[in-house]
Amino acid sequence: MRRFSYIDLVLWLFRIGIIGVVLWGMTGKFILGVGNDYTISDWLDFFVSGLSQGSLYALIALGYTMVYGVLFMINFAHGEFFMAGAMTSTVLVALPLENAGYIERFPLLSLLAIFVSAVLTSVLVAVLTERIAYRPLRNAPRLVPLITAIGASFFWQYYFRGLFGSSLLPFPEFSVFDGKVAFWGLDFQKADIAVIVTSLLVMFGLQQFVQRTKTGRAIRAVAEDKDAATLMGIDVNRTITITFIVGASMAGVGGVLYSLVFRQLNFVMGFIPGIKAFTAAVLGGIGSIPGAALGGLFLGIIEAIGPPLFLEGLGVAGSHQLKDVIAFTMLVLVLIFRPQGIIGERLAEKKA
Amino acid sequence: MNEELRGTIKTGLIAGIVTLSLGMIGILVAFNERFIVTDVVTLADLLLFGMAVAAGYLAANSLKQSSVVSKLLHGGLAGVLTGMPTFLLILLARSWEDIRSSFINVGPDLLDIVTLNNANEIMGGILLMVVFGVLGLVGVGIALLPERFRRPIFMGLTWSVGSGVMSDILSGILRPRLSTDTLRSLFGNTGLQPVPFTVLFVVLTAVFFWWQQGGQTRYHALRQNLTPSQQKNTRRISISLLVIFLFILPSLLGVYLSEIFNEVGRFVLMGLGLNIAIGLAGLLDLGYVTNFAVGAYIMALLTSSSEFGLDNPWSFWLAVPICILAAMFTGFILALPVLKMRGDYLAIATLGFGEIIRVLARSDALKPVIGGAQGILQIPAAQIGGFLSQTLGYVLNPINSFLERFELGILATNNNGEIVFGNPPQLYYLFILASLLMLFISRRLNNSRTGRRWMAIREDEDVAAAMGINTTNAKVLAFTLSAASGGLAGAIFAAKLGSIFPSSFELLISINVLALIIVGGLGSIPGVIVGAFALVGIPQLLSEFAEFRLLLYGIALIVMMLVRPEGLWPSEVHRREIHREGDDETAVPVSVKP
Repeated sequence: MRRFSYIDLVLWLFRIGIIGVVLWGMTGKFILGVGNDYTISDWLDFFVSGLSQGSLYALIALGYTMVYGVLFMINFAHGEFFMAGAMTSTVLVALPLENAGYIERFPLLSLLAIFVSAVLTSVLVAVLTERIAYRPLRNAPRLVPLITAIGASFFWQYYFRGLFGSSLLPFPEFSVFDGKVAFWGLDFQKADIAVIVTSLLVMFGLQQFVQRTKTGRAIRAVAEDKDAATLMGIDVNRTITITFIVGASMAGVGGVLYSLVFRQLNFVMGFIPGIKAFTAAVLGGIGSIPGAALGGLFLGIIEAIGPPLFLEGLGVAGSHQLKDVIAFTMLVLVLIFRPQGIIGERLAEKKA
Repeated sequence: MNEELRGTIKTGLIAGIVTLSLGMIGILVAFNERFIVTDVVTLADLLLFGMAVAAGYLAANSLKQSSVVSKLLHGGLAGVLTGMPTFLLILLARSWEDIRSSFINVGPDLLDIVTLNNANEIMGGILLMVVFGVLGLVGVGIALLPERFRRPIFMGLTWSVGSGVMSDILSGILRPRLSTDTLRSLFGNTGLQPVPFTVLFVVLTAVFFWWQQGGQTRYHALRQNLTPSQQKNTRRISISLLVIFLFILPSLLGVYLSEIFNEVGRFVLMGLGLNIAIGLAGLLDLGYVTNFAVGAYIMALLTSSSEFGLDNPWSFWLAVPICILAAMFTGFILALPVLKMRGDYLAIATLGFGEIIRVLARSDALKPVIGGAQGILQIPAAQIGGFLSQTLGYVLNPINSFLERFELGILATNNNGEIVFGNPPQLYYLFILASLLMLFISRRLNNSRTGRRWMAIREDEDVAAAMGINTTNAKVLAFTLSAASGGLAGAIFAAKLGSIFPSSFELLISINVLALIIVGGLGSIPGVIVGAFALVGIPQLLSEFAEFRLLLYGIALIVMMLVRPEGLWPSEVHRREIHREGDDETAVPVSVKP
């Protein structure tokens, strides 16, 4: 048996502390009645907005997970692919379309144009990044590509700031997605539903692509073993580029959906969602595609329900500000206690 | 299409897209304000035309065995292609009236620069491509020059352009010492006047040429001929001169430049600390700002006279050790959970800690204790009073009055007989003392048993553990000690600003520190100083850089990793590691025993 060191003691105390905080908060909320009183439909609102936020995280997390799967590197710049698509499509497509009145007349067609331009930009940025900052360093020590990824992340942020300015950009209003829609007697925000449905469709498509097509099989083969894949006649470099392209397309779609919900964009918008999506990817087990999807949904829900559920009960002022703290605490907790993720890392045994 | 032509077209278009980007993200417009040669060449011109020359040079260099004529043709083509994307932008800007509402930097200023101030934009665009083509030929010419001429010319040009860019500082330092007429004949509003620039360029090129043609060998021979005791004495003299220079520096620099040095000092302190974690122990810590924040907040809580402070505020000197200890304690606590993680997970987890601290600092939840987004105000400046300052005054004041004859000076007591570290030149002494202390500690750690233990862990954790190193303890120690320096920097920072806000403790600080130790050279102590001057000092000096600072950091991180992963001033160990292939040939026969 392994010796029980003081580190284990600290980790156990940490675990007990977190559980204690959650339990105490929930006791405060439900038994002592601290904070606001929420009805069932309030809770459902929290849940659905969490679900829609979570499906965005899931879309971004897919890119992280796929790149990690083939390259074993954290693509720190992935959040910037998301930002690049959203900003460029807003400035160059969405706003001109709005000025010309097309969004009012052909909302779905305009939306399609926005999606296409966002995906194209994200893919372009991703391919450039892979080609310049990652490919030459494929055999370098593991920290080296992480550092270039951090560099790429800052480069793209300030590149797009230079292109489009640092002010907040408004995303045009789509009246189709305004207001609420009723299902089974309960009201849902239309935008949330749109985000959830689109993300689920895209994720389903991705799953089919990876499992059914020849290219998908090549991606899985490269993730499994690069040398063996080369021997089987797979062009590894091309497959890695395709992985980046697929991941960046998800990020581009996510960028437009994010803009639809939040309607404000600027050049740092990719950073926090990027980190959270990484959390989601780790949560579900990095390298696993269904894991990333589940992790994203889970993180979004925890983030939305957490502050009212257990922070308010503790009597914390301004508990909604601490949403990010919950997400980052989750990140740290998962990394400490279950680095292989909830479902389990598909590639765990190879990296020890 | 043949391969060489394709290569040239690729080179030209890549250079062209970079040139286009320089314009579209606003670098050209911003840099056009700064003259290198007064009224002749701006920094923007240099970048713009430099791209074309570089394209020609690269195109010519990639042709292995071709005639001069074909090299010239290729260079010219690359130059023209460098101008092509920008020409297309000019056409686009003509047909799209409100391009500025989308691309905020594509305005009349940019068009003036890229059309070379031509009223007719299309003519200007064509002219640009023609000029670029000619410059491509110049690039080929440079490529054709023999190496022994090219190097000195390049070095001379770099240094004289550098002096042109930094001419504000030079003229600032020389102003009290030279007459106005002399100054005006040397410097313009910004930049060097044409004649001094040319003279400088010629002299520098000549010096570099001489150095390369034999000066260097003669200098080394001269040094080798010294006896050991003479060598020791030369070393001692140069170190004492350096220390004296450091102590009179703020009076030479003035208030503004001293402030920049203080910023550099703050980042040197943090860099030295983070260097222990990343450079020595190989633990990529992206949450270093946490330690800095803890130092600053503890200083604020202990010494502030506002409602967040103590009833009887402490003095700065009593609070500093507490700040350092608090930062070390934070480092210790945060190290425990992350010990078992592998490299990149560790980076993300520490990043998570940093973000948690930042969000907590500005949240309403902790507002009653540390002030939330409004921060903590009324932090007094550090000062020495009473008996100690009188004693110091007996030593410092005479030196100061002696130095004043040469328009110089050092720290001295004020009218109340106290020494206050309030304005930048005074704070400089605080930073330099702290930096020297940390430099000393880092140096000792570097060469210690603990330092070697860390380096072993950095190279291979499993092997280190097998060699009997307690990796857990060594890693905890690395985190704890690396936090100390950050806490010290935070404490001085709080006393310097007099107030602290959560916005000073962003992730950007961590990235900044990371970038500077990577650019300087991982694990290298002089590298930290070089990196801090390059990444903190220069952008502060050139206000145009400020907006593009992080863009340049990003480029610096990528380029350093691609081209020079050991850094600008690498540590001995690291350099040997990176260039291992060359060493192996000589190393193998020695290590094989019969």
